[in-house]
Amino acid sequence: MRRRARPVPPVTLRPKALTRARRSQPLGPDRDQSRHARTALAVSVLVALTLIGVDAAGRPDSPVEPLRTGAAEVFGPLEAGADAVVSPAVDLASLVARSRRLQADNARLTDSNARLRAELATGTVDRNRLAEYDALTGVTDSTGFELVNARVIAIGPAQAFRRTVTINAGTADGVRADRTVVNSAGLVGRVLRTGRHTATVLLAIDAGSVVGGRLDRSMELGFLRGNGSLGADGRLVLDLVDPDSLPAKGDTIVTWGSRGGTPYVPGVPVGTVRQVQASAGDQSVTATVRPFVDMSSLDLVGVVTGPRVKQPAGKSAGRPAGGADAPGGGAP
Amino acid sequence: MIVVRPAVTAVLVLLTVTVQVGLFAQLSIAGVVPDLALLLVVAAAIVRGPAYGTVLGLLAGLAMDLAPPADGVAGRWALALALAGWLAGQARGDARQSAFATVVTVAVASLAATSIYALTGLVLSEPGISVASTLEVLPVALLYDVAITPLVVPLAMLVWRKLDPAPARW
Repeated sequence: MRRRARPVPPVTLRPKALTRARRSQPLGPDRDQSRHARTALAVSVLVALTLIGVDAAGRPDSPVEPLRTGAAEVFGPLEAGADAVVSPAVDLASLVARSRRLQADNARLTDSNARLRAELATGTVDRNRLAEYDALTGVTDSTGFELVNARVIAIGPAQAFRRTVTINAGTADGVRADRTVVNSAGLVGRVLRTGRHTATVLLAIDAGSVVGGRLDRSMELGFLRGNGSLGADGRLVLDLVDPDSLPAKGDTIVTWGSRGGTPYVPGVPVGTVRQVQASAGDQSVTATVRPFVDMSSLDLVGVVTGPRVKQPAGKSAGRPAGGADAPGGGAP
Repeated sequence: MIVVRPAVTAVLVLLTVTVQVGLFAQLSIAGVVPDLALLLVVAAAIVRGPAYGTVLGLLAGLAMDLAPPADGVAGRWALALALAGWLAGQARGDARQSAFATVVTVAVASLAATSIYALTGLVLSEPGISVASTLEVLPVALLYDVAITPLVVPLAMLVWRKLDPAPARW
């Protein structure tokens, strides 16, 4: 720190600096400032570039990973706290939206009889709740895995170009990296890394996500890649392993299942085929798949915390367990 | 005071990044949230000068790189915000005098930061980043940052002034 060590002669040596100093007189020792600024800039850029180099070269087990884990311990509780503050307001807003919707329903049905209207006002909510419950038990039944429930408490911004969320369950709740994350509609993604009470989830819609999928009708296998879009145009692109098999529009895709059930357990519904493109050039078939899960409004999710614990009575008896579903092995 | 100032700065950075990924996730426009950390850095650079802005940008960017659910290659936000802080510091003479110049400074810094982050991602061929997706995100991010500037930057500048009443030293 050589502050204000200002030799007098630079008049002839550095005329540019002098004129600048004279122009912005009220800022004080401007030349000193800008020299410090240049040093700070050079050091900062060097530090950042070094970090980028180290992290990019060392992935996935880069030396930066402990820093991330440390940051998760600091930011995890903060994000959970922020969520606790905000979520009542958000829930209230959605409650208001729902009640508005119900009112609209009521208005439309005023013409029909009063009994029907009253039935609908309560019935819609009950039916929705029942449907959600059915779907959730359906997911857990069909997979038969034990789930840990969690809420989404933070969402990665679009500026970061990744589709990741933080959930409020971590190693303390039994969540580990590379576990399947589902919600009542189907596959959400997989756990990337965990903190003690939070975990980062890579959504299936992320452009870097690859999920092994199976067409329910033909049992054909393929790989699903996200297109990185969260909104209504969020799609998965399915590349089929066998180019001769043509999926049909409306076919349902479930997860194929990785060896040992990590990162993806078999049989979780992923989405439906919307479009099929067969390219003659490289003899491959790709299909556009619309995910069952609305990735833009995730709230409650479940993390598969372990291997199949016990078969629900009378369900999925004929299903092979664990990684037996992955003949190719090593599905991502 | 020698402990208080860095402590307050650290708390500010932590809270800002938390609010950005937590609270503002509910208020996102097409997934884009305002870059509050950038606004904090710009305000600091205007009040305290480019050197301080650069270093704070590096640290705030580092927090954004590492705070969950971030998963990009670390150091990219640090680079982006450090350069944004330096840029804002260069414009501090004007930005101190007129509100319009402050808004322009924020706009330039936002554009620079988002582009640098996207560009480094393109160079490292990170998933999800293409020229098209960048051009989609860039204007929304810029407008959102500018829109929220009147609410955040004056407040942040006030805090930086209170933190250090003496003129910028380094």
